[in-house]
Amino acid sequence: MTVLSSSVPVLEARNVSKLFGRVLALKDVSLSVRAGEVNCLLGDNGAGKSTLIKMLSGVHRPDSGTLAMDGEPITLSSPHDAQKRGIATVFQDLAVLPLMSVSRNFFLGNEPTVGVGPLRRFDIATADRVAREQMHEIGIEVRETSQLVGTMSGGERQTLAIARAEYFGARVLILDEPTSALGVKQSAIVLRHILRARARGLAVIFITHNVQHALPVGDKFTILSHGRSAGEFKRGEVSLEQLLSLMGGGSELAELATELEQLRAAGASLDAG
Amino acid sequence: MTVDATPSEAQRIRRISPWRTFLTRPEFGSIIGAVFIFTLFWALTGFTVGKGFMSWQGFAAYIEVTAQVGILGATVSLLMIAGEFDLSVGSMVGAAGLILAMCVSTYGLPVWLGLLITFAFALAIGWINGYLVVRTGLPSFIVTLGTLYMLRGAGLALTRMATNGLTIVSGVNTSTAGDPLAWLFNGTIISIGGGDFKTELVWWIVVVLVSTWVLLRTRFGNWIFAVGGNKDASRSMGVPVSRVKILLFMATALSAAIFACIQVLSFGTADVLRGTGKEFEAIITAVIGGTLLTGGYGSALGSAFGAFVLGVTQLGIYFVPGFNSDWYAFVLGLLLLVAAMLNNWILRRASGARS
Repeated sequence: MTVLSSSVPVLEARNVSKLFGRVLALKDVSLSVRAGEVNCLLGDNGAGKSTLIKMLSGVHRPDSGTLAMDGEPITLSSPHDAQKRGIATVFQDLAVLPLMSVSRNFFLGNEPTVGVGPLRRFDIATADRVAREQMHEIGIEVRETSQLVGTMSGGERQTLAIARAEYFGARVLILDEPTSALGVKQSAIVLRHILRARARGLAVIFITHNVQHALPVGDKFTILSHGRSAGEFKRGEVSLEQLLSLMGGGSELAELATELEQLRAAGASLDAG
Repeated sequence: MTVDATPSEAQRIRRISPWRTFLTRPEFGSIIGAVFIFTLFWALTGFTVGKGFMSWQGFAAYIEVTAQVGILGATVSLLMIAGEFDLSVGSMVGAAGLILAMCVSTYGLPVWLGLLITFAFALAIGWINGYLVVRTGLPSFIVTLGTLYMLRGAGLALTRMATNGLTIVSGVNTSTAGDPLAWLFNGTIISIGGGDFKTELVWWIVVVLVSTWVLLRTRFGNWIFAVGGNKDASRSMGVPVSRVKILLFMATALSAAIFACIQVLSFGTADVLRGTGKEFEAIITAVIGGTLLTGGYGSALGSAFGAFVLGVTQLGIYFVPGFNSDWYAFVLGLLLLVAAMLNNWILRRASGARS
């Protein structure tokens, strides 16, 4: 990475707000991500994380505030527009199709073709070769490119979606809760790939409510709480406990701890009696 | 449990033999089914050769049924892989047939114009089916059930008005005799041992080959699988979901029109009620062919074997002593159940029981 490339944020939201009817989903939130940087967007359910990323991926438009790419203000007219500009969003549940093969999934919507006119056809040889190479690159060996994605583990599927987004020229990778449905080992596969994408100079926005997953990969932590920004921190500036309490979960966790303590005490007295 | 240093998940996948790959193909069940049903009926007719079931005449008879239902089955398979049903194909056969017959017989239009109007009508209804499904978001089962009844009802009423109370339009042959375009739909290609093989066989093969090619070898085919697998995921990857569905509804309507033209030009008459029940036979053909009822997986080639199973069953029953066609529906229902269960099993193997 050059110093130049990381000086201006590749993608940023400047004081954006969004109203749904009379519900204020987001109020004055700012977020930015530079090339070769991972910005972890943290927040409890309902904090406005989804609304913010839907704005950044062209699904919703901000009611006030602006989006900018490379410092220039932009308007994203559709998800397709965002994709064309190099913003790739990987939604957790929408990553891949389990009943389709690896190469068919990899090139979905971007199928290479050979031939002209009515004989124009899906170039399966190229698709197979490239899919195999790209999967190899990310550490997944595909023996049969006709293998259905349903046979792959959750972490591998998520990784396939990330590799695909990268291959098709993404500059910004937005990952929506990529680890929330995964076990420890599977999450590790995805986290490792986030670091790989970062090393290649991609700007990564990693949405999660799992602080343990965010801490080891994040360069920056943007915290949302009840639709408002609860602060932005650099790596090393903030501890796990602080992040938790900023996410709005701190007081609840403290309450839960007290409650559990009381229950345990009650249980002990029952045992004694 | 022992854990290796850094085992990639994929390294645990065994190398897959070609035989195992074949076992997980969606067509696998239908090929086995076709061979089984053929052998079964041959056995039930006492393994005789040269007459009855195992004769050129017998063969020509069930190939005729096979080809006709197969024309519908191939396009219905594509639509089902894309996650939709078309129940209106049955009444489309009746309606398209009437339009062709009235054009050439009642109004004396040339055959080419009659065919053009018939196909245009089918494509328009197909477009309406597709448009209604993608715009309303209603299940296609309901939308096309609606058009099924509307086409049937309008067909009956309008034909009675135009023909003074009849629901059958006849006299098509006199207007189409010797017409080369009509030959395309009713001509005999070859006669062997008293069995006539007609152009419908070619139509069937062409429709199956084109459907298979589109499904497996084009971008559009990739989109068909994707749309049926997950509509929202496909849309987020830039697949034109609505266009794919509308075009497929037009394809099923078109295949119903081809079916109708074959019947009308072969029999010389059109009947509103012709094609009744074909919508379900087409779905059964697709399911026996390995297509999943829930979409996202299946085969157009498999539907050809599915159609063969249907054709052999429907005609084969006549050759079995002591049986009659009453049993056809029973056997068909049984086959559907067995096929659906077999598909489930194949799918579990193909997807490694994970999804």
